[in-house]
Order: sequence, then C-alpha cells, then structure tokens
Amino acid sequence: MEFLDFLQALFVTPFTMMWQNPEFLLEVVIGGLLTGVMYSLVALGFVLIYKASGVFNFAQGTMVLFAALTFVGLLEHGVPVWATFILTVLVMILLAFIIERLVLRPLVNQEPIILFMATIGLSYLLDGFGEIAWGGDVHALDIGIPKEPLVFGGVLVNEFDLCAAAICGVLVTALAVFFQKTSIGRALRAVADDHQAALSVGIPLKTIWVIVWSVAGIVGLVAGILWGSNLGVQFSLSLVALKALPVLILGGLTSVPGAIVGGLIVGSGEKVAEVFWGPATGGAIEDWFAYALALVFLLFRPQGLFGERIIERV
Amino acid sequence: MLYRETGQFKTSYVADQAIFPIRQDRYLAAAALVLAYVAVPILGTEYWLLTIMIPFLVFTLAAIGLNILTGYAGQLSLGTGGFMAVGAFATYKITTSFPGLNIVVVFVLAGIITALVGVMFGWPSLRIKGFYLAVATLASQFFLIWMFNKFPWFNNYTASGVISAPPRAVFGHFFVTGAEANPVNKYLFVLTVVVVMAFIAKNLVRGRVGRSWMAMRDMDIAAEIIGIRPLQTKLLAFAISSFYCGISGAMWAFIYTGGVEALAFDIDRSFQILFMIIIGGLGSILGSFLGAAFIVLLPIWLENVPRLLGVNIPVNYISNTQSMVFGALIVFFLIVEPRGLARLWQIGKEKLRMWPFPY
Amino acid sequence: MKLQKLCCVVLGVAAFGFGMAAENAMAQNEQFIPRLVYRTGPYAPNGIPFADGYGDYLDMINARDGGVGGVKITNEECETNYNNDKGVECYERLKNHAPTGASLVDPLSTGITYALIERATADKIPVVSMGYGRADASYGSVFPYVFTYPTTYWDGADTIITYIANQEGGVDKLKGKKIALVYHDSAYGKEPIPTLDKLSAADGFTFLKFAVSPPGIDQKATWLQIRQQRPDYVLMWGWGVMNSTAIKEAAAVGYPMNHFIGVWWSGAEPDVVPAGDSAKGYKAAQITGVGRDFPVIKDILRYVYGSGKTGHTTADKVGEVLYNRGVANAMYDIEALRIAQARYGNKPLTGEQMRWGLEHLDLTPQRIAAMGGTNLLQPVKISCADHEGGGSVRITQWDGKAFHPVSDWIKPHQDMIRDMYKESALAYAKEKNITPRDCSQISEAR
Repeated sequence: MEFLDFLQALFVTPFTMMWQNPEFLLEVVIGGLLTGVMYSLVALGFVLIYKASGVFNFAQGTMVLFAALTFVGLLEHGVPVWATFILTVLVMILLAFIIERLVLRPLVNQEPIILFMATIGLSYLLDGFGEIAWGGDVHALDIGIPKEPLVFGGVLVNEFDLCAAAICGVLVTALAVFFQKTSIGRALRAVADDHQAALSVGIPLKTIWVIVWSVAGIVGLVAGILWGSNLGVQFSLSLVALKALPVLILGGLTSVPGAIVGGLIVGSGEKVAEVFWGPATGGAIEDWFAYALALVFLLFRPQGLFGERIIERV
Repeated sequence: MLYRETGQFKTSYVADQAIFPIRQDRYLAAAALVLAYVAVPILGTEYWLLTIMIPFLVFTLAAIGLNILTGYAGQLSLGTGGFMAVGAFATYKITTSFPGLNIVVVFVLAGIITALVGVMFGWPSLRIKGFYLAVATLASQFFLIWMFNKFPWFNNYTASGVISAPPRAVFGHFFVTGAEANPVNKYLFVLTVVVVMAFIAKNLVRGRVGRSWMAMRDMDIAAEIIGIRPLQTKLLAFAISSFYCGISGAMWAFIYTGGVEALAFDIDRSFQILFMIIIGGLGSILGSFLGAAFIVLLPIWLENVPRLLGVNIPVNYISNTQSMVFGALIVFFLIVEPRGLARLWQIGKEKLRMWPFPY
Repeated sequence: MKLQKLCCVVLGVAAFGFGMAAENAMAQNEQFIPRLVYRTGPYAPNGIPFADGYGDYLDMINARDGGVGGVKITNEECETNYNNDKGVECYERLKNHAPTGASLVDPLSTGITYALIERATADKIPVVSMGYGRADASYGSVFPYVFTYPTTYWDGADTIITYIANQEGGVDKLKGKKIALVYHDSAYGKEPIPTLDKLSAADGFTFLKFAVSPPGIDQKATWLQIRQQRPDYVLMWGWGVMNSTAIKEAAAVGYPMNHFIGVWWSGAEPDVVPAGDSAKGYKAAQITGVGRDFPVIKDILRYVYGSGKTGHTTADKVGEVLYNRGVANAMYDIEALRIAQARYGNKPLTGEQMRWGLEHLDLTPQRIAAMGGTNLLQPVKISCADHEGGGSVRITQWDGKAFHPVSDWIKPHQDMIRDMYKESALAYAKEKNITPRDCSQISEAR
C-alpha cells in the first residue's frame, strides 16, 4: 500500500492541494519568482564575464561575498552608506585590475577549462583573503530596506523581496542602456561577439576585460548587499553561486535576458516543487530539483533558452 | 645521459607495446612498488599510514576515475562525489545483507552498481557539452546525496543516517575494516587494489577504447564520422569512470573513515577530485597519483611548516593562509604548466636524457 | 622550461618531505589536551566563541591554580573547518603528543564524533561530545570511551515538549496541537525525530517535519508551508547560516517568535544578530548558563583579561552563549581530571586513566558552587552504564540584547529515553560485534 500512497502523493495530492488553495499556490509562485530574481542577480555576474571574456568565473560567488564583506566592514567603521558604496565600487574595480593583470593576461590563449580552473584558484584566494581581512564572524547588514510582510487578499508578499525585484529591474535596465547606448557598451558587445575582429578594429581587449570584470564586481556588490541583508554577511554567502548555476544553464551562459528568465523559472519551479511535491518524498528536494529542471530544458535546447547556438566545425 | 634508451632494442611486438618500454622506467616503477610495499609499512608511523597514505591512495583511485571521464573522454563532470556515495552505500547494503560475502567481491559488486548508475546519469552527455554538461552533472550529484540522506533504507534505519563499516576480513584474520584491522593491513589492501586498478586503467587508455575516448574528446563530430559510435563510447566512459569512483567511495567509507554520512560526499568532494586531476594533469594516469598526493599533502605541509620554523601563528590565520596559498598555487601552476604535474615529470625525463650536457 | 626552474620544483617537492618531519619533543610535568576547533569556514561564527571559552578557562586554571594538582594543562588548537577528514587528521596528529598523549578529545562536531568513536576507543582516548554527537553513546556499556554529558538531543527534544506542555497548561492540553520541526537535513538534524515521534504518539500532538537541505540559505518554501499549516509551535534543529535564515524567514511570514524554539546549537548570538529586531522573542533551549553573572566568569575576566593580559578573544565577548558553553565544557573536563588524579596521583595521566575520571564524575550542586559555576553547569553523575549524567535543559529567550532564562532547569523523562539509548546502542554493538560491558561486574577497587 505504501507504493500506492506514494503514487497518490506524487500525482494526485499536489493538484488537489493547488485546487483547494489557489491563494497559497499564488503565494508560493510569487515567492518563487521573487527569489528567482535574487538568483538572477548573482547569475548576471557570471553572464557578463562569460560574454565578454569567455571565462566561466567560478569566483563570482566569492566576489559577491568579498564585496559584501568590504561593504559591511566599512559600514561598521562608521563610514556613511553612500561613501561606503562608492569605496566598495572602487575596491571592486581595483580587484578587476589585479585579476586582469595577474590571472587573465598570462593565460590569454588557454583553453576554457584552464581559465575555469584559474578562477577556482582565484575563489580560494579571495576566500582566504576576505576572511583574514574581515574576520570569520557573521555581520548583520541593514541599510534600511523594509522587511514587513504585506498581505494582498490572503496572499503574502514580503516587502524586502519586492524591493529586491525593483532594484534588480533598475540594474538590468541600467545594464541594457549601458550596453546599447554607450560606446563602451558597443565595444563590449563587439568583444563578446568575436575577440579577433574586435582587436582588428582597434578595441583594446585588456581594457575591455577590466571594465567587464569591474561591472561584474559591481553587480556582485548589489547582489551581496541584497543577499547579505537576507542572510547576514558571512562565509556561506558565497554558496549562493551554487543556486545561480541552474539559472545560468537554463537561461544560457551568454544571455542577460536569459539570466532573468532563467531565474524566474528556476525560482518558481523549485518552490512549487518543494511545497507541493516535497512532502511526498520527505522534503528538501529544492536543490536537485532546480538542476533537474535546468537539465530537462537543456535536453531540448542544449545551449540554454537564450544562449548562443554552439556551432561546431570539423 | 641517465635516461638514454640507446642499446635497448625491442625484438618482439609484445616488448614494444610494454607499458614501460624503457629499462630505466621499469626500474623506477619496480623501485616505487618495493618502496610502497616494503619500506612504507616498516618505516611509516600509524599517523603516516592512516592519515596520509590511505587517503592518498583512495583519492588516487577516484582521480583515475574522473580522469578517464574528463581527461580522456572529455566529459566534464562534477558528479564524482555522488558516485563515490553510491559505491559506499551499495557496499554497505550488500555486506550487511550478505555478511558472508568476501569484501573484495562486495567492492566489485558495488562498483558494478555504481557503473550502472553512472550510465544512467551519463545519458545527457549525448546532447549536452562543455560547461553545460558540468552543471548538469551537478543534478546527479545533488540528487544522489539527497537520496542517500532521505531514505532510511540505505542506512538500515539508523537514527542518524551514518553508516559504519562492520568488521570484514579479506581472508582468515586479515581484517581490513572494523576495529581489529591494523593500519598496515589496511594500507596493504588499499595499495594492492589501487595498483591493480591503475594497471587496468593504464591498459584501457592505451588501447582501442582509450583511443576512441580521446577521439571523442578532441573532435567528436569527426570521430563520429570515422565510425566511433558516440553513444557506446561516452556511456562506456561514464560506466568505467563510475566503477572506479564507486570503489574509491567504498574504500573511503569502509577503510579510511570507518563510517560516513551522505554529506561526506557532497559537492566539495567533487571539486576536490577535479582539482586533483587538473593539477596532476588531465589525461594522465600518473597525473592522478601526483595530483592526489599534492592535494592530500599540501594542507598538512602548510600546517606543519610554521610549527617547524618555530613560528606560532593562530590556527585561523593558518587555515586562511592555506586557502590563499592553495589558490595562488593553482593559478601559478596553470600559468607555468597548464598540463599539470605529469607534464612536468615528462619534461624532467626529457631533460634527464641530455643531462649534464646542455643540448 | 629551463633546467634551473625544474630544479626549483624538485627542491620544492623535497621540501615537502622535510615538512613532514618529526614532532616536537618535550616531556615535562604537563597534561596535554588537544583542541579541535573551527575558526574558519561557514561555521566559524559558532566555532570561534566556543574555542575561545574553552581556551580561556584552561588559561585561567593555569594562572589561578597553577594547573590541576600542580600539573599544568597544555593544549594545542587544530583547525578542522568542521570537516570530518580534517578532524580525523587533527586527532591522529595530536593523539600521541607528549608527555602522555591526548587525555581526551572534544570533537566539536557530530560528524567528527562519529568518525572518531571507533578510532579513539581503539586508542584508549575518551571522546567527550557535550550536547552533540551520538546520542545512544550515552549507554556506556557499549561505548566505554564516549561521554555525552550533560544531556543529549533526545533529552533536548523531550524537555522542549515538556516546556511547551507547561506553557499550554499541562500535558493533556497538547492533544490536537500541531508541533513542527524545522531541521538541518543531516545526521545532526535528524537526531530528535525518533523521540518526537514517540512523544507525539504518547501525548497526541501532530508532529510535522520540514527538512531544510544544507546549508539552508533558502528557506522560503519551508516557511510558506509553515504559514499555511499554522503549527502552534516550531522547533528548530539548525546549524550555521540555517539558523539566521530561518529566523528571518519566520519574521518575514509573520510567525510569532515566542512560539519558535531552537535547540542549543540554534540559540546563540551569531544566529539572532543578522535578523536584527525581528528576532526579539525567539526562544532557545540551553544546556549551559548564559550571561556573565558567575564567579568563574569573573575569575576569567580577572586572571585572563585583567590589566594588560590577552585572552583568546576580547573581554566584551566573554559571557556570550557559546563562550560560556566552551567554558562549561572545559570545567567538566578539568573536574574529571581532578577526580582521575585523586586516584592515580598528581602527575600527567593517560587517556585510560582520564576515562576512569570521566566515568566517576559526580558533580553535586555544592561542588559546582565551589567551582563558581552555579547555573552555568549542571549537576551530573556519570556511571558505567550512564555516560550522560542526567543533566537538564533550560529555555531562554532573546530580548534583542541577550538571552535570558524564561524557565527553570527541566529534567527529561529519563526512563523512556534511557531505554531508547540502550536499544539503539545494543543494535550498534550487534552490528559491530562488540560485547557490551557488564556494569555490575566492574569493580571499584583500587
């Protein structure tokens, strides 16, 4: 009988639950969408770097953590918020310079896996350095984003999530404007398209890389502030990168709208699965479900929903 | 001068196809085996045997497994931890259900089960490539760990979910698991398993199967055109790689730690083994040994050196500096020699041919 | 590459070997205690104060009393990063430290405890897992070398339910209520489930389980479900970032904090501080006292932090929840050393002798008062079959600045739980071919 119970819990109960509590379903979906936006923020950093330099930056999670640590560390020393933000941005730009000089330039023509490994090494370096510089304690981060739960007709939405979604929207719009309207943005798109061609029209590749890593660092800072307000700034913050990976592969490694759409799909999908299908299997299925969901999408579009088609030549 | 192969003529195909065609290599390999079998058990302290040699050997096996998949067949996989977990839990279930079965047989059966699981999770590789495949293998990693954590059947309904190795002997009183096993027995058993399996792996990758993997890795469309079937080749790579990882996981759980919960094989473990093969050298069996040695020894060395120099550094600084040094070393190695320690060894041998003459 | 570069690499590898060289050699009148700590990594915020408290107490004993019975206590920290392999490596490296080897080991992690039990038993070194680790190791007949004082997770679950019953006005009022457990999906988090299952059958409440996959940075789904199902009380068995995230999410869905009770590893400052004001009212079970109002804490401030000296941390962190727990752990261990010295003499003792001391630990309230730890420690009495000692649990509440006790020390239903220990331990013994000791035969003669 247990197997029949299991089958029932798998195929019947979730749908009856959804039918009986439509507001709860809406609540879960909205909660998921908003969490997905937070994932997208982290995924954006990956996408930016991969687009422009072809490097899968494993260290993005650590950069988020490092940016958040610097931000919170300066705040705790009494620096006002706007100054802290500017200072941290400068620190991230400096970091981008150092990375380009010491890691990217010597490895300029190597295979992608070598660059990937170099970013793994970088993440260990930043981890250790961040912890030595700012200590291993947990730091509370509160820059005044409201956290009250709001209830609209029986559906609970948290103010913080809405603010995060708004900030993400602003950030994505800013990035879109940056890429489409400014000359640097055009140069970035050229580099993402073809390194050789961009070099031949005189675009300085190394400067572009510094710019891209800086922008990724700033995006990481915003993600770090938002996630840090949620979890407190501590070592585990770098683990949000693991949550962003399914978003990346679902949306495509090279697409900014893909990161957003991927985030929305992964966020809502995993929450709905956890709430309605989780009890059948004992719960905590979120983690692998996100990856499984991405995997299913990949089987139909091997380069992600919005990714560039991989054209192989023999 | 030391390494010249002048005067060594092969007079049969068999001699020409030997794993170590050059006499000096054969001597070196024989010396290494003698050292490992005789010198280490006699001279090694319990600490050395239990916390350095055994994990080094167990990790070597897992590194060989992942090297077969990623280094030779070109399928970047981050699911190694999950497959090790399958090996460990399969061994536990088989040996607790059939206590009379010899532990070697149990290990082999567990390896076969892991191979089947590996094939199942390897199907997406037929469609997905590169970093996308790496992230997709994370699905298998997280799913397997969740499964072993969640269903109490796997750990025989213990309250905590930790499986502990019952005492088992290979023959007679030669216990290798459990409390009666002494460190030397354990070490010799693990050493034998690893030597045999490394030998098998070396022959696999030198033969037709290995060549088809390397063809897949280098240019899979061209390989398909000349008649190498992608389905069989890739799935075989997954199967054999998982077999190795499964046995490695079983030995980890049963011989090294004596008891393990599913979280011991989580994503950090997968990354650790990936580091080993990248530092050791992708596509090289010797590289798996070197990489495993590097990763196992480096933290211990970093911890001991300050103490030997008499400098007293607080532990958190040591640990964080370790992290920084580790990261810096990875980047340094990749800049200096992206093909890993095995390539350094090859270059060394080539230099030895000329030494002491400059050219 | 150039030959010189290659030579450098070879020299570097040789230096490896040199780095593996022998240990220090100093055999004096000292008692060595290895300290496995984690000051880095994701659990550092919880590991650091514990390690500081333990270390400070040892320093205080050396400074104030000149050691125990004239024998100074030496210790060495070894960073485990909460990682099982590193924990085992630390243990193996330190277990034979001069002069008499490690006297005992506090693994500070359930995973490392499991990994060490077999080894330490074979090496004859006691494992002290205070308030964590293997709960059924409390049955000392099967686990002669493992000590779980003052209380275990199974007791903890029981006492929290007793507290809830008291809040509701009696055990009979529990019938029909819903009690949820939010737990870290690992060995640690699953520990209380059998006990809570038993209690829910006995007392008639509905027991809801919500697993959170480690590390637990995303719990929205869990808490939306809790909001939907509206349990009357929520218990938490969390660790690390899971705790602060849970408290935040609970506040985000508007769950009343004073019905949210965490276990003692979910009830320290690093867990509530990130949530800020919304954590006010959160309750946690504790097995050691909170605050600075203890003579022994005052002694630490005087001898370790007094004029110009430095301890392991800064003086303002003395008195934190986990700091005090570290101090308490050290106090129990040192008291056992004292008892062992009473039998074996005032000299450095071996692990086996230390084990005798631990097994004869009998802390009465008078003795605790003499040590200066009333309400910081609890009375325990260890015996051959009972390595847990019969400690109690107290519920405290966070008011935004500190944890304050809101209940008395509650004793668990020891008969029921002792039977559970025995059953589980005997099953383990059967699997491992261990013959349980017959405690009635153990002689007490000198």
